[in-house]
Amino acid sequence: MRLATDLFASAQATVRAVGAYALFALRVLAAVPGALPRPGLVIAQVYNTGALSLVIIMLSGLFVGMVLGLQGFDLLQRFGSEESLGTAAALSLLKELGPVVTALLFAGRAGTALAAEIGLMRATDQLAAMEMMAVDPLRRVIVPRFLGGLIAMPLLAAIFSLIGIFGAQLIGVQLMGVDPGHFWSQMRAAVEVGDVMEGAIKSAVFGALCSLIAVHEGYHALPTAEGVGRATTRSVVISSVIVLLVDYLLTAVML
Amino acid sequence: MTQQAAAPEAPAGLAVRVRDLHYAVNGRTILAGVDLDVRRRSVTAIMGPSGTGKTTLLRLLTGQLRPTRGQVEVDGQDLSRLSRTGLFALRRRMGMLFQQGALLTDLDVYENVAFPLREHTRLPERLLRHVVLTKLQAVGLRGAWRLTPAELSGGMARRVALARAIVMDPRLLIYDEPFVGLDPVSLGVVLRLIRRLNDALGLTSIVVSHDVREITAVADHCCLLSGGRIIAAGPPRALQASDSAEVRQFVRGEPDGPVPFHYPAPDYAVQAAAVR
Repeated sequence: MRLATDLFASAQATVRAVGAYALFALRVLAAVPGALPRPGLVIAQVYNTGALSLVIIMLSGLFVGMVLGLQGFDLLQRFGSEESLGTAAALSLLKELGPVVTALLFAGRAGTALAAEIGLMRATDQLAAMEMMAVDPLRRVIVPRFLGGLIAMPLLAAIFSLIGIFGAQLIGVQLMGVDPGHFWSQMRAAVEVGDVMEGAIKSAVFGALCSLIAVHEGYHALPTAEGVGRATTRSVVISSVIVLLVDYLLTAVML
Repeated sequence: MTQQAAAPEAPAGLAVRVRDLHYAVNGRTILAGVDLDVRRRSVTAIMGPSGTGKTTLLRLLTGQLRPTRGQVEVDGQDLSRLSRTGLFALRRRMGMLFQQGALLTDLDVYENVAFPLREHTRLPERLLRHVVLTKLQAVGLRGAWRLTPAELSGGMARRVALARAIVMDPRLLIYDEPFVGLDPVSLGVVLRLIRRLNDALGLTSIVVSHDVREITAVADHCCLLSGGRIIAAGPPRALQASDSAEVRQFVRGEPDGPVPFHYPAPDYAVQAAAVR
């Protein structure tokens, strides 16, 4: 009986949290048109979330690509088809690893920064001060950060995939001796626009989700040091789980 | 005090009118029937011990919180009937100084003061600069215009926030604990600014504070909030001469009295014996 009650309460809390997220998302979307006349605010956030994450994204892309080159070569060699390494690396990166790993890194680097920044603004009354100056914090603070993340994420994922392909080429062609002609020509022949689009759609969806989760957690953080810390942690944990879950759903739909 | 004597005669009419205001959160009553009148162009002090709901009252006066029961009228407008747009329109005529200043940490001093102007007006940059520098001059910080909030002392941050609060030429200015954590010099500066700005700009000021000596020196009217109600109201001298034990305890800063020194607790022996 106790278990049933606990389960019911837990389910109720989950439904309430999902509902709160949905309502918040609607409020953010409704405030988007009001924020568009100020592109400078959005561009500043593309810089904050995107440009400042570039180094970690590029480094990670390179290493993931290099691992992919090693593992891919080892695997394909067993079937005598190591010339397909370019295709395998490109498809893995464009369709899956690029969007997913970038989203996880984005949640860890930019998402936590967003949640902590907004949470601290809440704790130090900056959001309340804006309200008192008749400025809607949702329009002035939240929407530019949401849009910044939404724009930055697909760009970061594209850079990750490109650097990753370079890393795979570095290992496969330069180190393992795969023929460069085969590596590039097979990749060009096999990769289609649809594959690139699949990655682009995924990364845009992940960008929207990670940004929304980060700004939601920051905006609703308790105005204490512990509250801000908890919001930051929740932001990265929820984003990571949701990205992996939605990745499966999107893959199932788009395959 | 001479500054008080120089204050202009308050014209008829109320800037703020509060009737039977109740507020409870999580079943705990914070305010239980507050009545308050704030005359135009006066400095009204709301005093009371810590935790009596002074800041809550301010948040109710500015529409940041909704009362459980009762009515708040600001500038003749009932806050409960205002939409969010109406509330924002009203807030453009109000300025508020938060306890720690609440400056926007990603902007420098100049941009912090310019913030409301950039959000609500389309002033040419030259005129905007003139207005911002004038307000910074009024609080004595024109020279600090390029400093960031992290480079300011507590008193300076409070003064920058004051410049920001008056940049839209509000009619009502609200101060939430403006003296907390200030050194005597900064405190004197802020105290003088409250009176000077009120008189020079023809404002109505509401100051929430528990610093009795400081605030009674500058206020025209004082209210003492305790136990969720206003237990005494009147000119500072009347409060100081009050024969109510509760008022006397607060005004004289006596550690024990009607407001007990000890937080309610069970019997000492019972509590000490209950070791787990």
